[in-house]
Amino acid sequence: MADDKDVLRDVWFGRIPACFTLSPEETTEREAEPYYLLLPRVSYLTLVTDKVKKHFLRVMKAEDVEEMWFEYEGTPLKWHYPIGVLFDLHASNTALPWNVSVHFKNFPEHDLLHCPSNSVIEAHFMSCIKEADALKHKSQVINDMQKKDHKQLWMGLQNDKFDQFWAMNRKLMEYPINEGGFRYIPFRIYQTMSDRPFIQKLFRPVSPEGHALTLGDLLKELFPAAICVEDEPKRFQVMIHGIEPLLETPIQWLSEHLSHPDNFLHISIIPAPSD
Amino acid sequence: MPSSLLWAVDVYGRVYSLSTAGQQWEHCRDAHLEFKRVTAIQQCCWSIACDHQIYLYVHASDVPIRYQEETYENQVSWWNPVDGFSDRLLPSDRWQWSDVTGLKHQPLGDFQLPSENWEWEADWYVDENFGGEPTEKAGWTYAIDFPATYTKDKKWNSCVRRRRWIRYRRYKAQETWVKVCTKQTGSLPDPFNDITCGGWEITEEPRGCLSLWAVSLQGKVWFRCGINHHNPEGSVWEEVPVPGEVVQISCGPGDLVWAVLWEGDLLVREGIGRDCLKGSSWVMVESPDTGVAAAHVAVGVNVVWAVTKDHKVWFRRGVNSHNPCGSGWIGMVGEMAMINVGFNDQVWAIGFEDRAVYFRQGVTASELSGKAWKVVSVPRDSERSHSSASASSLQSAGCFFGGEVRLQSHASVLGDADPETERTGAEVVPTPEMGDALKPRIPKVTSDNFISELVSDRDGQISRRDAPPAGPSIPEEDHTEKEVEDRVSPAQVLSPSQSSGVDPQWSNVDLEEAQTHLASGPGDTAETSSLSSVVTYILALEEPYGPDEHPKWAWVSGGGCLVECHTQLNWFNSSTATGQPALNSSMQAMSHSITPAQTAEWRKQIFEQLSERSKREMENFMHYEQAIEQSVWVKKGTMQWWRDWKPHKWVDVQFALEQFSGAEGNKDGILFIYYTFNDEKKYLHVFINEVTILVPVLNDSKHTFAIYTAERTKQRWPIRLAAPTELEMHDWLALLSVSCCDSRGIQGPPSKQAIWSVTCRGDIFVSEPTKELEAIPYPTPCNQMFWRQVGGHLRIIESNSLGVVWGIGYDHTAWVHTGGYGGGFFQGLASSTDNIYTQTDVKSVSIYENQRWNPVTGYTNRGLPTDRYMWSDASGLKECTKNNTKPPSPNWTWVSDWTIDYAVPGGTDREGWQYAADFPASYHGYKTLKDFVRRRHWARKCKLTTTGPWQEVPPIPLSDITILPCGPKSTVEQVPLWAISNKGDVLCRLGVTSLTPGGSSWLHVGTDQPFKLISIGAVHQVWAIAKDGSTFFRGSVSTQNPAGDCWYHIPSPTGQKLKQVSVGRTSVYTVDENGTPIHVWIIADKVQGSHSLSCGTVCRRQGVLPNEPKGHSWDYGIGGGWDHITVRGNAMEAPRILMPSLTDNGSNQTAARPLQTSNQPEMNGNPVGC
Repeated sequence: MADDKDVLRDVWFGRIPACFTLSPEETTEREAEPYYLLLPRVSYLTLVTDKVKKHFLRVMKAEDVEEMWFEYEGTPLKWHYPIGVLFDLHASNTALPWNVSVHFKNFPEHDLLHCPSNSVIEAHFMSCIKEADALKHKSQVINDMQKKDHKQLWMGLQNDKFDQFWAMNRKLMEYPINEGGFRYIPFRIYQTMSDRPFIQKLFRPVSPEGHALTLGDLLKELFPAAICVEDEPKRFQVMIHGIEPLLETPIQWLSEHLSHPDNFLHISIIPAPSD
Repeated sequence: MPSSLLWAVDVYGRVYSLSTAGQQWEHCRDAHLEFKRVTAIQQCCWSIACDHQIYLYVHASDVPIRYQEETYENQVSWWNPVDGFSDRLLPSDRWQWSDVTGLKHQPLGDFQLPSENWEWEADWYVDENFGGEPTEKAGWTYAIDFPATYTKDKKWNSCVRRRRWIRYRRYKAQETWVKVCTKQTGSLPDPFNDITCGGWEITEEPRGCLSLWAVSLQGKVWFRCGINHHNPEGSVWEEVPVPGEVVQISCGPGDLVWAVLWEGDLLVREGIGRDCLKGSSWVMVESPDTGVAAAHVAVGVNVVWAVTKDHKVWFRRGVNSHNPCGSGWIGMVGEMAMINVGFNDQVWAIGFEDRAVYFRQGVTASELSGKAWKVVSVPRDSERSHSSASASSLQSAGCFFGGEVRLQSHASVLGDADPETERTGAEVVPTPEMGDALKPRIPKVTSDNFISELVSDRDGQISRRDAPPAGPSIPEEDHTEKEVEDRVSPAQVLSPSQSSGVDPQWSNVDLEEAQTHLASGPGDTAETSSLSSVVTYILALEEPYGPDEHPKWAWVSGGGCLVECHTQLNWFNSSTATGQPALNSSMQAMSHSITPAQTAEWRKQIFEQLSERSKREMENFMHYEQAIEQSVWVKKGTMQWWRDWKPHKWVDVQFALEQFSGAEGNKDGILFIYYTFNDEKKYLHVFINEVTILVPVLNDSKHTFAIYTAERTKQRWPIRLAAPTELEMHDWLALLSVSCCDSRGIQGPPSKQAIWSVTCRGDIFVSEPTKELEAIPYPTPCNQMFWRQVGGHLRIIESNSLGVVWGIGYDHTAWVHTGGYGGGFFQGLASSTDNIYTQTDVKSVSIYENQRWNPVTGYTNRGLPTDRYMWSDASGLKECTKNNTKPPSPNWTWVSDWTIDYAVPGGTDREGWQYAADFPASYHGYKTLKDFVRRRHWARKCKLTTTGPWQEVPPIPLSDITILPCGPKSTVEQVPLWAISNKGDVLCRLGVTSLTPGGSSWLHVGTDQPFKLISIGAVHQVWAIAKDGSTFFRGSVSTQNPAGDCWYHIPSPTGQKLKQVSVGRTSVYTVDENGTPIHVWIIADKVQGSHSLSCGTVCRRQGVLPNEPKGHSWDYGIGGGWDHITVRGNAMEAPRILMPSLTDNGSNQTAARPLQTSNQPEMNGNPVGC
């Protein structure tokens, strides 16, 4: 019998094969070869693309280089979403590898945040974790941690150290047994076609009557359209880490096992493929 | 751990039990009587009922209680040379039917069942087994004359012959209360007043004697003789003279017996021992408080608690088996009505004020007095038999006050009453016209002196008790309070001033009337409403004491209730749990949420989808570069290293593990050991991916472990390291183990085909078989196998290819693998979360006391200068005194004192001595003129508590186990699993499947003698060896008939007693046809390596083929210090045979030399051979 630990590993070690090509808009000295890379689903684009940057800088003049940003089929990719979320949202059900265009000019100011250095990513990541813990434990766990513990979480992500990360993250996933779960589930629901960046509300893992709430319960409240009605074709796919969990999956279990390192459960809702 | 029961009696005489795993008191419905006292031990519960008779409740067991009756049939031949042997014997000869000595006349018909609680299992039959060999001629054994030596072969001079007839009787009264008959010659005890059971630790298995002490109403003390496993009821009562009138008595698990005298002083029994369970004399100990008499005493192994008449609780200091009187009293907090000491010296009590059951929290071996009283607050199972209970308590109450002893017989009738009836009855109470006049008048059934005393004491206190205890609502409570007062006060009950018109008068006449009504009540519902006030009143009375009420207890017995420091009891008020800070959460939180959903569809779906996703997104792209480069990560520490060159000694070294990403993305590492040699800094290194095993080493002072590689296995010279502390060793072992597994891409639980082994330290290792290991003709040498440790502690392990893995601990506890991994010192991610449990094990440490005979002084502890140490290990080479001998490793703690072992092979005299002509020689249990030396074996128990993926299979302790080996695609639904209990019973486990590896229950397979070893082959051949060495084959075992039908006695190879049997796929004499390789693995006694010698080494026989079952050579694997290995799970491509035919027995039989290492204790201390 597989163990729930394996889920954590599978989630952590999820990789998306990506093919980075320089956007044709960029001016180069000579033709740029595409660059192939296995991207960790749980990491951030700007955190893991140093090699991509180096690769393309070799064929470019320094004066043509501004801040690097990525785009997929015309959509600028928000670096502050986990890579897996970007992929699920924009490119699931397409052929692999994932073709990402690399830009060094014309930074889309109103679509993307600037990311001058890794410390910006770290700040974003830590603020997510803190927000999640505020929801889960009224910030008690994260506040009880020392500075070096926070650092360990970040370094774990940055260096892809599963053990290092989980040695600390374990504490963030605890809860009192008699309460049956966290205070609130930190989650975000993303849609492709929406003006809102994502949906996020207070949602408890256990109903007032004491039974465990499920993914279906969450969607019923926040995105009823995602729930299939009988006899109707499926309109949406509900994706977490590239899979579609059954609607009866307890939301607490999902939060413990399928959350990203930032402790949020990122749920992508995408139109079901028409075929 | 298995659940066990706490027993208690409430003030109505109803018996309840509370399971350590449960959360409510279960009413013992079988009891049609009210009980005054109970005394429980693990296998049974004794009680005194309101009729002052003693009753016994034996728990059901998968192994029946059976007793073998035997008698001998004797015949002579010289009377009648023509007809041969005749049953007409000379008058001077022995009886035609006799006991084994021939002196006692014992015809078959004279055997009677000892009581009606026994039944015959079958008719008499002839025993055809003679000293381990089958006899041919109807079980006859021959001799020249009576009494002489018998042989199984008839010779020319055989003039007499005899044969043994046997018949089994079986105890049938289990799970029910039976009256213990007093078929007593001589003086009969008068009615009993108190009872206590204990003493099970005095005698060892298989005797299993128990001590049962009782006090009669006249204050005499009686001892029940002859209680043991085969005779649960015992035989007769013997009076034990006492220097006064005893009111209460308590007997601990060991040799402690204390009693309370009427005057309030205490008596301590002395001289209790293995040969004298009754003890020899009494010693008086004064009451704890001068001026206040002792009222109650309770003893355990090393503790005595007492309660004085002012309800104060006292703890006796310094009590042990050498000083049963102890040294002084310490006053404790709490006011208790009675107190009881159970297993592990745990303490239970009944509060004086609230009559609640209390548990003494924090009682440990080092702090026997515990920390605080904690009230056991669990509900009782609510049942409609309430009314029956109350009705019967009425009756018994009547019995008591009427001075009559009467078995009440109506309770069961009323118990079947229509619930409607009861409800109508119940509703009568609150009606205003009944009003306050309706005061319950149930006199207490616990008529024991001291409680009465307590109760009467309370009369004066009523006025000051104005604050009711916490309860659901105050008015109700008030009501209850009054009732309590009334109920427990016999004086008030009998006082006429309290009686009003509707009040029942407590006389026999009224009771008679009530009983008539009760008996007729159920028959006619209409009549119920018109029952006399007495009856309605009694039915209603239950209401205030319904399930929601705080029950009032009279007696508690924890003698059968096993509570250890890691036991999780859910008996205490749950409000404390909710009051905890929100984040004081358990480490198990993750597992908690998912445990009930282990097999849920959503979960399966996620697992499947995730693996599909990984395949889809990664499989074809593994040649892509990883986005994140892995950096080097170093952990450093200091250790001691057993240096490679002579003189070997521990030297301080620096120790560092460097980890980095390997070429294929997996982690790898190098281990460095930095040492100084001639002031020069040097280092030694090991590649993590070459490490084959990390094994903790048995060492009583250092925390040591050994690191092997294939090369070092060949050399028999591992890297031996010692960490400064146990914690550091465990940290390093966990880290290194994870690192080794990572470098080999091993994670998660062991596969079903895994090969399991245990070391002599009890550590469990598992190795994943590879195809290369089976390659023909050049298999990978087994020194390259990688072993990883799994938490837990076992002596024997067996597996099969369906993932059914069972083990047996040193204390004979059976354990089943939960499918998890890790546990023990593996924390966090190296361990599964949801199937790790606490595991304990107990083993004995042995030392020997040696003495030499001296013509002047006899045996003394002064030996010759050349002699061994006077206190030594078994070999005599190492000095081992009682004081300097430590538990095998720092993980173990002593749990007993040194005791003499009388159960050594060859027997001992009464003091445990074995005699011999000289050291070392063969010892015997009696002194002869030629014996100049003697020794005796002392043992002391120690205990280990750890965790691992193992769940206990209670309750029967086992000594051997075997599981059907299955092919890789086997579709066996129920996996045959056979075992031998530590008493030698053969057992067959039912309901074992790959989903439920623990199975459901044991099926006892009857045998004529105790067995010791068992093995089952792939086509259900079950072979077993009895303790006398005879070999048996079980006939007709199949899927449909899992237990088979009968035993066939197989003659063993001439001149050899078999020690081990193991059956593979091929049956015993035939050979498998399909030409697949067959596996033989053994553990060899001694293997010479290039650097050293190792004992207890895993070896594989190479070239074993069906047509060449002996194989041609040995391939040596990991060692030494291995005790047990099982390859029955390894069915990757071949059916398995596990056939340890070491060398010379010439045939391809199933059995030969020991599979395990020899049992020389000195080897156990030496797992890495050097």
